[in-house]
Amino acid sequence: MLAKIKEFLGMEAKPKELASKEEVEKVAEEKARPRIGYVHLSGCTGDMMSLSENYDILAELLTNMVEIVYGHTLADVWEMPEMDLVLVEGSVCLQDEHSVKELMEAREKAGLLVALGSCAATGCFTRYSRGGQQAQPNHESFVPIADLVKVDAAIPGCPPSPEIIAKVVVAVINGDMDYLQPMIDLVGYTEACGCDLQYKVVNQALCIGCGTCAMACQTRAITMTDGRPELNSARCVKCGICYIQCPRSWWPAEQINKDLGL
Amino acid sequence: MVLGTYKQITLGRSTDKEIQKISQDGGIVTALLTFALDEKLIDGAVVAGPSDEMWKPEATVALSSDEVMAAAGTKYTISPNNWVLKQAVRQYGLEKVGIVTIPCQTMGIRKMQSYPFGVRFLADKIALDIGICCTENFPFESLKTFISAKAGVDFDLVEKMDIGKGKFWVKTQDDLISFPIKETHGYEQNGCKVCLDLVSEMSDISTGSIGAPDKWSAIQVRTDIGETVFKQAVDAGAIELKPIDEGKFGLEMLTKLAKSKKEKAMKEIDRRKAMGLPVPYKGSSEKEDPLANV
Ligand SMILES: Cc1cc2nc3c(=O)[nH]c(=O)nc-3n(C[C@H](O)[C@H](O)[C@H](O)COP(=O)(O)OP(=O)(O)OC[C@H]3O[C@@H](n4cnc5c(N)ncnc54)[C@H](O)[C@@H]3O)c2cc1C
Ligand code: SF4
Ligand code: SF4
Ligand code: SF4
Repeated sequence: MLAKIKEFLGMEAKPKELASKEEVEKVAEEKARPRIGYVHLSGCTGDMMSLSENYDILAELLTNMVEIVYGHTLADVWEMPEMDLVLVEGSVCLQDEHSVKELMEAREKAGLLVALGSCAATGCFTRYSRGGQQAQPNHESFVPIADLVKVDAAIPGCPPSPEIIAKVVVAVINGDMDYLQPMIDLVGYTEACGCDLQYKVVNQALCIGCGTCAMACQTRAITMTDGRPELNSARCVKCGICYIQCPRSWWPAEQINKDLGL
Repeated sequence: MVLGTYKQITLGRSTDKEIQKISQDGGIVTALLTFALDEKLIDGAVVAGPSDEMWKPEATVALSSDEVMAAAGTKYTISPNNWVLKQAVRQYGLEKVGIVTIPCQTMGIRKMQSYPFGVRFLADKIALDIGICCTENFPFESLKTFISAKAGVDFDLVEKMDIGKGKFWVKTQDDLISFPIKETHGYEQNGCKVCLDLVSEMSDISTGSIGAPDKWSAIQVRTDIGETVFKQAVDAGAIELKPIDEGKFGLEMLTKLAKSKKEKAMKEIDRRKAMGLPVPYKGSSEKEDPLANV
């Protein structure tokens, strides 16, 4: 897996001093453009909007660096071509044969398959779906894509921040596998819930009341009461971000020291 | 390196008489935050401010020097400062936020800055993180219990609490009572038992009382940002410095306590791992430097 991502774009590690923009431009001059696809399943387009908020690198990225070869709103093609990388937004509805087929086909035709956003990664708020609604009352079961296909990396978030998307792009360009490791590890985190803070942090004698979870929650489902997170489950969309940002879930010390110059 | 990476280590204290009076130690936190506010290096600061209840802090966004001053002094219980960072940026619209953090809070902020998965346009707005030393922290009910049981003092009468010289100190208007810090064991929150960081190794500037004489602070200047702000504050005369004593009551003491905190935590980390419990840190056999905060 590691070697595969490293090979992606055929790029070796580059000097770190280069700013992301220069980096993007430099690579754009040197390399054949990797072929990227965007598969849009049951998601709200928030992930793509977040991606497109990276104005400073986006133009260069799209015009000179990568080639978008597939995507409903991005490329005028019906047949899915072979792709180096496919980004999947949204969970997959088991009753929607088109979605299932598109996901399966993407897995076959893509070198790397990335779950972009929490719907693809954890199911997120589509986990609450119970069918019985128009326009398709039988569309009932929405699951994270890793339930059906092998996923190579996950970038959860509802939506993932523009910054994390930019950081991933730069890391991929630099072949910085250390940075990408958590995205590979997060592939297995498909059953997320605000209650993970209780099960996996507080119940495990790890919580220290820092409040990072409550800060990170994008729906403000968490408040801090007597130094511990308190979940309002009616607000929780099961994106997993609170647990992912908690300093007591996983701890990327080396990366942080590198980023701080310590 | 049990004290983390730093560019400079020194003693210091605020030159402001008012800050000296209200601060826990040398008033470094209050001096730096008020200086940064006045100089517009930050446009607000997250602090552990007062709440309706005595000694129970409320994480607060301070917009003025007065509000920073109102938060001076250590409250030995949990103040989820990281929580209100979002409030500072979204509700108050701050672009350059300062924050004071104990080491585990510093870790939450730094992780968010390196991996801002779901945290949008906030990482780059943290302009200054002042870390404070921390050996352990207590749930509010713990604090109340041992103050009344061990010190025999009515909680409402307490004017200052402090940890130093191996003792927990409780000051009232008439009395100064102390009991061995050992007697607080069992009252601290459980998450602290695996904490490897005494000195806020990842902050911009960290400060604490260990290794400094009374009403002075030991300071480590760590990042480029920290260095810039610290130098300006010193040049402007907001903080006066003197070299830290290399010996038994200075650097040696700080190093010793940082090391013993780490050794104790590593023992607990190894013990928990052996039981199959999750811990985000590596076991002592899994890392090169068994005392590193990884
Ligand atoms: C729980 C705890 C344990 C500590 N243990 C040690 C120790 O073992 N050894 C040591 O040398 N120092 C320890 N300290 C730090 C020390 O007590 C002083 O806070 C520090 O030296 C700063 O002093 P000052 O005079 O510069 O700060 P001041 O100018 O008095 O300002 C103190 C600042 O700390 C913030 N603060 C107060 N309480 C909390 C809290 N609970 N959580 C987060 N921020 C808070 C306030 O917002 C304020 O801005 C501890 C602090 C805490 C909160
Ligand atoms: S982020 Fe902090 S407060 Fe929230 S669960 Fe984790 S340790 Fe506890
Ligand atoms: S509590 Fe908030 S951050 Fe956590 S899973 Fe629920 S919605 Fe996501
Ligand atoms: S000992 Fe560590 S975990 Fe506990 S409050 Fe202090 S910094 Fe946080």
